[in-house]
Amino acid sequence: MLRIRNLDAGYGSLTVLRRVSIHVKPGEIVAIVGANGAGKSTLLKTIVGLVRPRAGEVLFEGTDVSRTPTEAIVRAGCSLVPEGRQVFADMTVWENLLLGAHVQRGKGGRAGLQADLDRICGLFPVLAERRRQLAGTLSGGEQQMLAMGRALMAHPRLLMLDEPSMGLAPLIVRDIFDIVVRISAAGSTVLLVEQNARSALKVAHRGYVLETGTITMQGTSEELLANRDVQRAYLGKDANEESERGAP
Amino acid sequence: MSAAPPAYWQPDGECMDREELEQLQLERLQATLVRTWRNVPFYRRRFDEIGFDPEGLRTLADIQRLPFTTKADLIQSYPYGMYAVPLRDVVRLHASGGTGSAAIVMAYSRNDIKTWSNLMARMLVAGGVTKDDVVQITFNYGLLAGAFGVHYGAERLGASVIPTSSGNTKRQLKIMQDYKTTVLVSTPGYALHLAEVARDAGLGPGSFSLRVGMLGGEPWSEEVRREIEERLHLIAIDNYGLSELLGPGIAGECTEKNGLHVNEDHFLVEVIDPVTLKPVPPGQVGELVMTSLTKEAFPLVRYRTRDLSAILPGACPCGRTLVRVRRLLGRSDDMIIIRGVTVHPSAVDTVLRDILGSVPDYQIFVERPGTLDEATLHIHVSGSLFFDEMKLQTGFIDKVRRRLSSELGVTFEVKLVGPRPGDGSPGGITSKVVDLRRK
Repeated sequence: MLRIRNLDAGYGSLTVLRRVSIHVKPGEIVAIVGANGAGKSTLLKTIVGLVRPRAGEVLFEGTDVSRTPTEAIVRAGCSLVPEGRQVFADMTVWENLLLGAHVQRGKGGRAGLQADLDRICGLFPVLAERRRQLAGTLSGGEQQMLAMGRALMAHPRLLMLDEPSMGLAPLIVRDIFDIVVRISAAGSTVLLVEQNARSALKVAHRGYVLETGTITMQGTSEELLANRDVQRAYLGKDANEESERGAP
Repeated sequence: MSAAPPAYWQPDGECMDREELEQLQLERLQATLVRTWRNVPFYRRRFDEIGFDPEGLRTLADIQRLPFTTKADLIQSYPYGMYAVPLRDVVRLHASGGTGSAAIVMAYSRNDIKTWSNLMARMLVAGGVTKDDVVQITFNYGLLAGAFGVHYGAERLGASVIPTSSGNTKRQLKIMQDYKTTVLVSTPGYALHLAEVARDAGLGPGSFSLRVGMLGGEPWSEEVRREIEERLHLIAIDNYGLSELLGPGIAGECTEKNGLHVNEDHFLVEVIDPVTLKPVPPGQVGELVMTSLTKEAFPLVRYRTRDLSAILPGACPCGRTLVRVRRLLGRSDDMIIIRGVTVHPSAVDTVLRDILGSVPDYQIFVERPGTLDEATLHIHVSGSLFFDEMKLQTGFIDKVRRRLSSELGVTFEVKLVGPRPGDGSPGGITSKVVDLRRK
């Protein structure tokens, strides 16, 4: 579905991504984990065309989209839920969702639109309850759901989530990741980047570790969760803790 | 009624389309190189010496810019110089005797052991082994990795494992009978030895329930395969492993028996000319060079295996897309240059097989008494080789000499001598070439 080879990208004279190669197969949930500033968001922005790659190729369903405008990439079925949700605060929940449908304009008509709204409300019942409320008055978790729902209105084959758990209470984080699993089960492929490595790897099939712009590890989520370097760096298990636990 | 056994253990890894596989290999190679440069002082030094930026590799072919890793490097790095993780992350050590007293000690992380189990389970399934089999492992359980790899693979598959370890052949046979062993894991030499001892004890193939022989640890010919299959009534499957890289589980035959599938999603395979060190075209014989793509504790980059083989062209009817290599043709250490002519023992094999119908045990001695190389071929004759008949055959020695000279371009002195001491010991690999010039 997505195949990236030797991607270099950055801003101005700053290089953020160095020779990144990753792939996502249809139906997978793939997590990119790494510290703040590792380049995770830049990677997603580059895939969707908001940042132009300096080198390398981005193949989305076999087509090189590294020079394609963002709107065309979204229309081709690749949607990004940006970091910090970025919902339109002064618009209602309903209006926000309808905006997400604009790339589908002309397809399916009114009936199709209603079906999409029903589908989204099935995933996020709270959005139906709050449909007339201004998005700015929603809680952080609800805004995250709205941002995801808005992206899903475009029927993406690949849904990309940038730090979906950021700033949310642990209980809400669990809800969000449960929904990621349901979105995947409903037929979308998911690529997500997360600082919360444990939660992300628990729902993902595979993962990559991005460190200062370079992929240093890859593997199944199970393998990464069992890797001691990953445990020390991203799962909060440090060596002292381990040796203390092992002491008689 | 039970369902048919699965044809593949990990179809996602074994039957990938090639483009997908190459993407995976590239991702894994890139991560491996970054990690080895960061964590292994040996590789940091090596890469820095040639000014190689581990983040600079953009294609699989770029690996050819990197230097090889040899057994000597591993010996010099003893004990921890090649480890990519701290010792506390290591859950297992295995050692390889190496040549002489120089030991090599390999490390495995928890994930490495798990990967190993799965790769070996792949090989077992490819050879026709199922979870209903009773697997008797006659490799030595100890510092050597072999027995453990097969053991984990068989357990992972769900088969019943009997870890008899090596030796005590009579007990091996009794267990084989009493517990109705269906899969024999051994060296080809030991399989023949078992057959021999069984026959002497009056036990024919009908006394056993053997079905599959998962054999490896030494090169063996198709004739030996046929003999083992006939004498033990099983299907003999060839497996390739190397302690330095993993142990067994690197490559193995499927039931098509037309070459060994390399677990390419975990090992990148190259074939080089052992003299020029340049890659050889597909199909051509050369030395296997392997790079580990997923090993955590003991990654190796371009490891020279010294094993001679070739990449086989074409797809395998079994459905695996993993590339196949020829059954091992010998060791590149055995390749020798005599008076400027490169000679490989396999060419000598061919000449001897042509004349005798089979390949006798032999050794090539090369000396340089003055300024010129002199080569002597010692043919070790034993009972099974019709010693008397050969002696009677007038001109036999002449014939061998003439054929070697015309086909190899080297004149050998040919001698018939007695059997080598220690010959026939299971698992023993003795060199076919003795070079007395290096002093």
